[in-house]
Amino acid sequence: MNPEDRKYTKEHEWVKVDGDQAMVGITDFAQDQLGDVVYVELPKVGDRVQMFKPFGVIESVKTASDLYAPVSGEVVEVNGAVVDAPQMVNDAPYEAGWLVKIKPDDPTQLEQLLTAEQYADTVGQE
Amino acid sequence: MDGQDGMKPLQTALHDRHLADTARMIDFSGWHMPIQYRSIIAEHQAVRSSVGVFDLSHMGRLYFQGADAHRLVQWLATNDVSKLRPGRAQYSLFCAADGRILDDIVVYNQGERLLVVVNASNREKIVRWIADEQDGLGAKYEAEIHDATFETAMIGFQGPDSEASLQPLVDGPLAELRYYSGSAMRVVGVPAFVARTGYTGEDGFEVIVSAEDGPRVWDRLLEDRGGVVPTACGLGCRDTLRLEAGMALYGHEIDESTNPYEAGLGRVAKLDKGDFVSREALGPLADRDPSRRLIAFELDGGVPRQGYSIIEHGQSVGRVTSGTVSPTLGKAIGMGYVPPSLSEPGCPLAVEVRGRAIEGRVVALPFYQHRTKRQATVRRGSA
Repeated sequence: MNPEDRKYTKEHEWVKVDGDQAMVGITDFAQDQLGDVVYVELPKVGDRVQMFKPFGVIESVKTASDLYAPVSGEVVEVNGAVVDAPQMVNDAPYEAGWLVKIKPDDPTQLEQLLTAEQYADTVGQE
Repeated sequence: MDGQDGMKPLQTALHDRHLADTARMIDFSGWHMPIQYRSIIAEHQAVRSSVGVFDLSHMGRLYFQGADAHRLVQWLATNDVSKLRPGRAQYSLFCAADGRILDDIVVYNQGERLLVVVNASNREKIVRWIADEQDGLGAKYEAEIHDATFETAMIGFQGPDSEASLQPLVDGPLAELRYYSGSAMRVVGVPAFVARTGYTGEDGFEVIVSAEDGPRVWDRLLEDRGGVVPTACGLGCRDTLRLEAGMALYGHEIDESTNPYEAGLGRVAKLDKGDFVSREALGPLADRDPSRRLIAFELDGGVPRQGYSIIEHGQSVGRVTSGTVSPTLGKAIGMGYVPPSLSEPGCPLAVEVRGRAIEGRVVALPFYQHRTKRQATVRRGSA
């Protein structure tokens, strides 16, 4: 269900660490709740984000939803493909539909986040 | 009965079909309706490329019968019912005596009676208003109004494949049914009224059957016929389709604070048809230059939504009435009211989205038009 190689937030973001970079996206539950994603507003490379504070917006046909940073740090990469084809967030929320990569100020912050199992509990998945 | 002034939402005759298909449901004007079955965009594209099936049973269906049925509708509505021949339909407005737009409607001349289809959100308001108007008119008008909403089901069948897919199920020749016409037919063997009307900008039909027959007709419409499998469509894509087609939605482009002329609907207010309830109020409005105009626009990004400000030189000069990202065009589109000086196609504008101005421009309607053989020969909304 939710990949175990990453951590999760209560606001339905996931974060996957690779070296000194943290890749961030939204969960399958979130994309399903949102419906068809039509627009994604993401920060620029070099922007700073703060843990649990909004860093962007994801819009579906029916609603707009804030994106919350799972860690504090600096944005080092933005997924341009998703900006051009927002549907990728629905189709592949854990792979091609990733949103940003952040260089965390303090990787230990990730320890505060939920495991895949804990996240599944919060959204009532088995 | 529960619903608009009760607590539990109303259910159409097709409700259990939506649940069985795991549709995502919402409370829409007091009705429990499907907003999507799988994906708003996929359902939208199915209508544009093939055929989609819509539960429209929540809309109000009012039958006007009696010797003065036509006279009464002529009094109440703005368009000219005397020009509406049997078997034909016309788009019209109900405006109050003070000119407020109470609803936009489609009137069907079924010969012995008139069928008026009203928005679900306005059904109770309109039924009360008609009753009040009838009281005022007294014994002069011999007409009965029957609200058949709960006894019937109405299903939309819309898309370029709709005629070919529907024909095997009906006993009349659909090729002979002109746009904005309707007639009694049997659909899957049950009595029905089939009209070539719709709210999508595609060729399509709206089928009215009894509530009891509704579920069976729904099931048959969704079956594979000749390799075409119709797609169940919810209210989500109903909105994106009508917006692409440039059609107004009550509560957005028109409401009790707008007049027909600023909304571009002056053509359905026939002031020379004789006296009618809102004629005196509409007359001066028709002559006056409107203080604002409904326009269509596209934006270079973002998603415009109802209520967002339209800005010029950093000042709010108007409001977005509807907006979305067009699934067909792949760009942000919307409608809204602006001062007449900014209403020409090509005129640049901006919409404030979360504190930022997103640039765009006024465009001519419709955003999208599917020219079918049928529509190429008929003018929309004619009697």
